[in-house]
Amino acid sequence: MTGRIFSLVFGAVLLTACQRESRSFRLDPPIAASLEAVAPMPNGIGGAPPDSDAVLGHPYLTNAYNLNQGKQLYTWFNCKGCHADGGGVTGPSFLNGWWRYGPQAVSIFISIRDGRPRGMPAFGNHLTTEQLWQLAGYVRTIGAYSAMTAAPSRNDEMQSRPAENRAPAAIATPSDQWPATRYR
Amino acid sequence: MTASEPRAVSDSDLDPPALEKQLAATWRTPGGLWGVLSTVDHKIIGRRYIITAFVFLALGGVLALLMRLQLAGAERRVLSADRYNQVFTMHGSNMMFLFAVPVMEAMAVYLVPLMVGSRNIAFPRLNAFSYWLYLAGGILLWAAFALNMAPDVGWFAYVPLSGPQFGAGKRADIWAQMITFTEVSALAVAIELVVTIFKQRAPGMTLARVPLFVWSMLVTAFLVILAMPTIMIASTSLILDRLVGTHFFNPAEGGDALLWQHLFWFFGHPEVYIIFLPAVGMVSTIVATFARRPVFGYLAMVLALIATGVLAFGLWVHHMFVVGLPRLGESFFTISSMSIALPAGIQIFCWLATLWDGRLMFRTPLLFVIAFMVTFVMGGLTGVMVASVPLDTQVHDTYFVVAHFHYVLIGGAVFPLIGAIYYWFPKMTGRLMSERIGRWVVGLLFVGFNLTFFPMHILGLQGMPRRIYTYPAEMHWGTINLFVSVSATILTSGFLLFFIDVVRSLRHGPPAGANPWGASTLEWATSSPPPSYNFARLPVVGSAQPLWDRPDVLPVVCGLRADRRELLITSLRSAEPQARESSPRNSIWPLLAAIASTVMLISSIFTPWAMVWGAVPVLITLIGWFWPKGTPEDEG
Amino acid sequence: MARHALSLIALLCCGCAGWQSALDTHAVQGTRLAHLIWLFVGVCAVVWVTVTVVLLLALRKKNDCPDDGPHTPAEASERRMARIVRAAAIATAGIITSLTIVSFYATRELTSAAVAALDLRVRGYQWWWEVTYLDARPDQVFITANEIHVPVGRSIHLRLAAADVIHSFWVPSLTGKQDLIPGRENTLTFTPQEVGIYRGQCAEFCGLQHAHMSLLVVVDSAADFEHWRRGQLAPAATPRGPEQETGKRLFENKACASCHNIQGSTASGTIGPDLTHLASRHYIAAGSLATNRGSIAAWLADPQTIKPGNNMPRVRLNAGELNALSAYLAALR
Repeated sequence: MTGRIFSLVFGAVLLTACQRESRSFRLDPPIAASLEAVAPMPNGIGGAPPDSDAVLGHPYLTNAYNLNQGKQLYTWFNCKGCHADGGGVTGPSFLNGWWRYGPQAVSIFISIRDGRPRGMPAFGNHLTTEQLWQLAGYVRTIGAYSAMTAAPSRNDEMQSRPAENRAPAAIATPSDQWPATRYR
Repeated sequence: MTASEPRAVSDSDLDPPALEKQLAATWRTPGGLWGVLSTVDHKIIGRRYIITAFVFLALGGVLALLMRLQLAGAERRVLSADRYNQVFTMHGSNMMFLFAVPVMEAMAVYLVPLMVGSRNIAFPRLNAFSYWLYLAGGILLWAAFALNMAPDVGWFAYVPLSGPQFGAGKRADIWAQMITFTEVSALAVAIELVVTIFKQRAPGMTLARVPLFVWSMLVTAFLVILAMPTIMIASTSLILDRLVGTHFFNPAEGGDALLWQHLFWFFGHPEVYIIFLPAVGMVSTIVATFARRPVFGYLAMVLALIATGVLAFGLWVHHMFVVGLPRLGESFFTISSMSIALPAGIQIFCWLATLWDGRLMFRTPLLFVIAFMVTFVMGGLTGVMVASVPLDTQVHDTYFVVAHFHYVLIGGAVFPLIGAIYYWFPKMTGRLMSERIGRWVVGLLFVGFNLTFFPMHILGLQGMPRRIYTYPAEMHWGTINLFVSVSATILTSGFLLFFIDVVRSLRHGPPAGANPWGASTLEWATSSPPPSYNFARLPVVGSAQPLWDRPDVLPVVCGLRADRRELLITSLRSAEPQARESSPRNSIWPLLAAIASTVMLISSIFTPWAMVWGAVPVLITLIGWFWPKGTPEDEG
Repeated sequence: MARHALSLIALLCCGCAGWQSALDTHAVQGTRLAHLIWLFVGVCAVVWVTVTVVLLLALRKKNDCPDDGPHTPAEASERRMARIVRAAAIATAGIITSLTIVSFYATRELTSAAVAALDLRVRGYQWWWEVTYLDARPDQVFITANEIHVPVGRSIHLRLAAADVIHSFWVPSLTGKQDLIPGRENTLTFTPQEVGIYRGQCAEFCGLQHAHMSLLVVVDSAADFEHWRRGQLAPAATPRGPEQETGKRLFENKACASCHNIQGSTASGTIGPDLTHLASRHYIAAGSLATNRGSIAAWLADPQTIKPGNNMPRVRLNAGELNALSAYLAALR
């Protein structure tokens, strides 16, 4: 009996490991189309994520390859210009646990795709849906309070904050020290 | 000794039948699962090690066939790019870490105590622990492959590709931790071998009378002790970079991508000599037995072994000739890489001299030695070619190098290994393998190997790089690649036939006596297979060929106790008896310690805290291991 | 039997020639290396044949009497054998020393500093090559990708840098390889001697598409090279016709412009290869496909099937968009 329970638990652990580690390089076009179908709330905060995201097991939050790609995109598309390494400069910080438009990945996706008032550009035309989701997933988990086994680690660059897979990532960031009125 | 203690039963008190009965009871491994899990008998553990290593060989061979299937034509889609990268990484890591080194150490674990005339290897519980740890490392790697998360960064895992930024997921961490398992296991066996060879030799076996196989294992063990810590440092640094965010290999923060290469190859080059030197010992043994004379130039052979071992640490930069190091430095390593051909050449000349003046018996082991010589010399000569810096700038990282190292590893290590299995199978199992099938195995392996790997020299010179999952049709590499892939089936059939012969001979092989080959070393002085206590009374040795110089009578030493496990400790140089040493009984604690270590190491792939919390069970099992159990052996 | 052996040898020898072969060389350095290879092959072949012949002769003296026990060879024959072994060891040492000295001299020649006519920076990315033609005058500097043109007979100096992981620049028909390592700048020099096209490939495992990271070195006459260079300095060809204009507009407004640069348009991304003169190259996607409108369309439609895992995402395009974009890109000479 214990043997059976043990193997069930072990098997479940292994299966989640599979999902976390799998790599897919090409989204089937129907899935890619369905990932665009988010239904945001009228004020743009929160909303319904696409069904396929749940069916696939939230791959953009839990899959190591997607998170790594998200991190590469973060560098390539110069998110650092406004958000630094996550600590925030002119743009808000991702590391202090405060999300202007809510912590849901959908909101972050909409922010990147459609832009936001007061400076966030719209990248919808400049990135594919998959890239947008990879970025959103990375940004969402960059401020995680616990080290995720799927989280990427430090870049081969100059060190500016602890790696994503070292908990806690929440640290005092430069934007925290700016006047609070700036963001209210 | 007080009056109430039972009287010690020494092996001089009993006559041979009663002695054997008493010793069998003292040294027995109980049957059933408990016996399997708790044995500390070096023969059982050695056999287990050898079988496991050959299972990994077969698995690695399947991976090779998959690669050849993919490369048989241009732009084939048998394996995707990701899967191919996992397959070739697994092939290299499996063959180097899970097959080649363990199998050589396993042969030594089985044979060295018998060859030096002792009852068991030194530190028998550590021996058991090392096997379980090795098994766990192998299962870790293959389970990862089954789950499609095998490492895909090459067996050498260069940073930054395997580093935190470009190595997504846990793949490279699994590779690095597998290294820890196999290297701790190899280190443990190396330490046991050194102590056994230095301190447990039969009385009279001075250093000048030590068999050449034992010498080769001694040098190998020192290589392991000096080289393995380097790879453990390297893999630990890699895990720290990936898991904790250190900067060992981060150029932007003062680290260096080349540091990895130096550390890895400082281990990686001695590693191939760790694989090759035991094969040298096997060849020496087989040549001596089947030429029916001692190997020519014993002193030269021993010095060549030691010189190879020392020089092996001065070659590593030849794997890095194209990274842009200073020219003068690189040239130094050309000199040292070429100069290691000298001791190897001396060994070849000595064997040729032995064969020339010998009265040859053409049995399968000797046929494997002949195959070895032809193949290994070619591999060594292509090694001289790649040792030259300018030549290496053309052939580095091409199929030329693939051909070279397969020639020296398969020709130089696997052929002697299989010959050694044919040679020592009668001793291990009491049955002879089939001579007829053996000749077929030699033929298929030799022809298949050369047809498979020789054309790769040409492919490399024609511009085909390594580690590519496919190639375009316009490169015209397809014909030779197809030829290579088809020839690989011949090589595979040779290995299959060998495995079939092993299984067949276990059941139906003709029974072998104690010394079917008429060999000269001590392991042939006991029955086949040897009893659990190896020798009823420990032999005394008067020459380097004890069974040849006095074939009718074997002098023995008496005085060891038969009612508790005891072995004889002798002095290092002249092997004079110094002390009687207790040898531990069967114990379950090595298995438990291995389980605790496995849990700690696998968990540390996911969180660094595992090293802290995981150390507690390990500590508990170690306390259990060393706690005195009140057995007679505890008196020391 | 002999016929089979001959055809086997012919099979093995076919293709020594080729545009990516260390034995078919067309540069000073490559030819020197090819001579070195042949020298080593010759010496090593002689040694191997000698050892094999001695081995076979030793085996011919077989004496398979199983009843004979072991024997101790005579003192005199052991001494004679010792002399022979000693002589063989000395001969081995001599051969090794000579080969080492030959290598020394070859290295010195290969790395001797000649005045370079052309200075290029090659930066390796996963999985393509960025080539910058350096010049003291900033307006003569230009960037291209995956294809290098050089004038014949002049010394070409490459500065090798890596953007992400370790790569290796290798064009065997011209010279040996050198690694591109992040955090270091390596150099490579070669002097091509014959006009032609030579293929190279990345020779250090760099990830998923290491197999598809090739490049071309086109050795031109001086006049052709100058013509090519002027063409590369010029901005991209203006689109001709409504389809190409639509293509240009799409390129600038869709995801393309965020990664790629086309001089003369608003697309100025630096993440992917420079496409200003895409159609002037022989191949696209680092040697994956020959350059023509059809292959460009195939690449745009689904890069992840042609080169799985590469960093160009699949942008959703309908048929009309695909036609327009491929028309525009195929015209960028």
